[in-house]
Amino acid sequence: MATNQKADVVIVGLGWAGSLMAEELTRAGLNVVAIDRGPWMDTSTHTPPAVDPDELRWAIRKELFSPPKDNTLTFRNTTDQVAVPQRDFGIFELGGGVGGAGFHWAGMAWRFDPYDFEIRSRTIERYGIERADDGELQLQDWGITYDELEPFYDRFERIAGISGKAGNIQGKINAGGNPFEGPRSREYPTPALKTLRSMEVFNDATTRMGYHPFTIPVANLSQPYVNPLGVSMGACSYCGFCLGFGCGNYSKSSPQACIFPVLMRRKNFRLLTESCVIRVNKAEDGETVTGVTYVDAQGQEHVQEADIVCVTAFQVDSTRLLLLSEIGQPYDPRTQEGSVGRNFTFQTVSGVDMWIEGEQMNPFIGAGGLGSQIDDYNADNFDHSDLDFLHGAGMLTLARDGLPISKAGKLPEGTPRWGAGFKQAYKDHYQTYTTIFNQGSSMPIKQGYLDLDPTYTDKFGQPLLRVTYDYSQSDRNMAKFTMDRAVEIAQEMGAQHITPFNFADKPFTTAVIASDHVIGGTPMGADSRTSVVNPWLQSWDCHNLFVCSASVFPMNSGYNPTGTVGALAIRAAQAIVEKYVPNPGPLVEA
Amino acid sequence: MNRREALKSLSALAAVGAAATTRASATEMTGYPTDMTVAKDMLPRPAIAGGARQVLTDDTAERTISAVFDRLIPGDELGPSATEAGCVDFLDAQLADRFGAGASLYREGPKRANEDDLMQTPQFIATPRERYATGLRALEAYAQARDGASFADLQPNRQDEILRGMEDGSVQLDDAVNTKAFFELMLQNVREGYFSDPIYGGNRDMAGWKLIGFPGARYDFRLYTDRLGEALDLEPVSLIPRD
Repeated sequence: MATNQKADVVIVGLGWAGSLMAEELTRAGLNVVAIDRGPWMDTSTHTPPAVDPDELRWAIRKELFSPPKDNTLTFRNTTDQVAVPQRDFGIFELGGGVGGAGFHWAGMAWRFDPYDFEIRSRTIERYGIERADDGELQLQDWGITYDELEPFYDRFERIAGISGKAGNIQGKINAGGNPFEGPRSREYPTPALKTLRSMEVFNDATTRMGYHPFTIPVANLSQPYVNPLGVSMGACSYCGFCLGFGCGNYSKSSPQACIFPVLMRRKNFRLLTESCVIRVNKAEDGETVTGVTYVDAQGQEHVQEADIVCVTAFQVDSTRLLLLSEIGQPYDPRTQEGSVGRNFTFQTVSGVDMWIEGEQMNPFIGAGGLGSQIDDYNADNFDHSDLDFLHGAGMLTLARDGLPISKAGKLPEGTPRWGAGFKQAYKDHYQTYTTIFNQGSSMPIKQGYLDLDPTYTDKFGQPLLRVTYDYSQSDRNMAKFTMDRAVEIAQEMGAQHITPFNFADKPFTTAVIASDHVIGGTPMGADSRTSVVNPWLQSWDCHNLFVCSASVFPMNSGYNPTGTVGALAIRAAQAIVEKYVPNPGPLVEA
Repeated sequence: MNRREALKSLSALAAVGAAATTRASATEMTGYPTDMTVAKDMLPRPAIAGGARQVLTDDTAERTISAVFDRLIPGDELGPSATEAGCVDFLDAQLADRFGAGASLYREGPKRANEDDLMQTPQFIATPRERYATGLRALEAYAQARDGASFADLQPNRQDEILRGMEDGSVQLDDAVNTKAFFELMLQNVREGYFSDPIYGGNRDMAGWKLIGFPGARYDFRLYTDRLGEALDLEPVSLIPRD
């Protein structure tokens, strides 16, 4: 066991959250050490254009991801079942190197809706307490409001150069943007990407139907850009190799493209790669932590001491690290007491696949997050009084669907899957396929949680995380409702062949990829009995421990999580600098 | 060294040990890395054209998988068959590589009886290499037992009948083989071979991409983003540079 020189702050996991926090903290003069279990990776050296456009290796074999061999979980639907390990790739798309999942993500860069942050209060206010407390759901507020988070969303979008069109600037509704979004202080840093053919067909149909389509805000940049850190980015070339891929153009925002050029040059920053943190070490006083223990590539254990520990790993890993470190009280689904592992949620997905005869979508032209969406059935943008569910879904179509191995299964019902009939059908339909994907919210339930598995272990002999979860009835009803709306839109788009899908009409599984957005486990909140961290992402149990990851969301919205992770990370880091360092101790009374 | 030379010298490395990858990275880093050369383990691991078989060395196994692949993607006026397009070369190279070794799989026991039901998809501790070995042996034994001939020598209609049975679950090759899952594995791999970059041994002359009109490893479509709904007829390009 070797002990390194003590740091002011140790950061566990250098993805988006860790990089954003490290940038804020080092800029304020703190000595920061980041520890990442993956190797160093950069865009120019690891995913240049001669390497990147390779569907087999990156989208099918998923070689940028951390493989299940090294990092997996066990899963069951209910507490009376015996959980089994996820053996092949499933919904957990963990980053394989520094940058984390921020290196291979598609790039949809949303803000959550104002309703999300106050979901319990606002649901009770509008629909009554019996809708919030229906016996199954476990709704809780985040302890912050959208307005409090807005400046930090803005900062994240500036650092990442997000392209988009604002729908609501300081309360003024802008044509072409999302009229349902929370008020923004200003326009996006770069304009929206081009409208491609599948989006045009979707926009026309939804407009005729009275809906409000807009271009999805994305981390695929529409033009060259210099971010507030002085880092230059390039314009997206619409190559379509984004989700699961790196980017060789400096046009998909990532920690590599947006932050590392500055962070790595700071004298007060140090990075340890291929070093896996296995424990956060508690102090004898029980109220603080002393640092972390990690294992290096040679299997040697080391201790990194620090005055402040920031756990910024992927959602499942952040939750697991707290459980392994025995920090906080594990959640008990029978009594709903304890908070570590609480409120695991997912993304409730339905939609349609469709084929429009005679269309020429040119689906190979696209970008990871590029698409059109309507939010008419998302959040609380529509009246749920007479509906049997809460919340809703962002209903979107994509312009990224041209990869030929992945799309070989996307053929109209009744089409042969092989033989001469398959060849003819794929030739006929490759250009006519498009989709509506309902990215549905996920309401927390009392019986959905994370704990440690009693049987299966990882390569260090530590227990795997165990997921216990199934969709709530509310989410199932929501998925059916939005699927029916998607069928109507597909008909209006002129599709001759429509195949509806609904992942929530079966039990939840981690093996079938409806989405890779896994949420919760260390929820934030104003009540220390139902949350792991306070609204500054500070641990209620150890005041020099901060957790930032999608694990802190108490629920999931009808949007991708990364924008909210980024905003929360910047807010927490600024709180450390401005509030915690001058006066170490709990920032909120428990 | 240009890219072609880089790929060639990499093929030599790949021949020695395809599964061995070394990650060039410092454990402790301060400052921005100054080495800007492309990381070796990120370069493609090309299939070696015309090389000896590495995994499908058994004659019967090779004949069986070739026959299956050519029923899954037969040759016709739309393009070559799977074997003509190199899909068996592709499969052999993949089985010799990380994929065949199950390098990414969590293979720790115990294997529970309820795994497939809970996951709603079959789970395996066996590697793809092992699954092909047992699956192809079982398929050949099935043909010998039912038809008294090798699967590869059966009439195409009869081959299709067996494959349809494997697909819909009405044919069970033997107790040791999840037949439906084995069919899906072969279907997935033949599609991969037909539609992946030719650098991996299949999709010869980019026949799969030409079939559907996919332009391959292009990296910039900005010239075409305003030509909505037009047939662009772009010639595909591969990761293998043209001379």
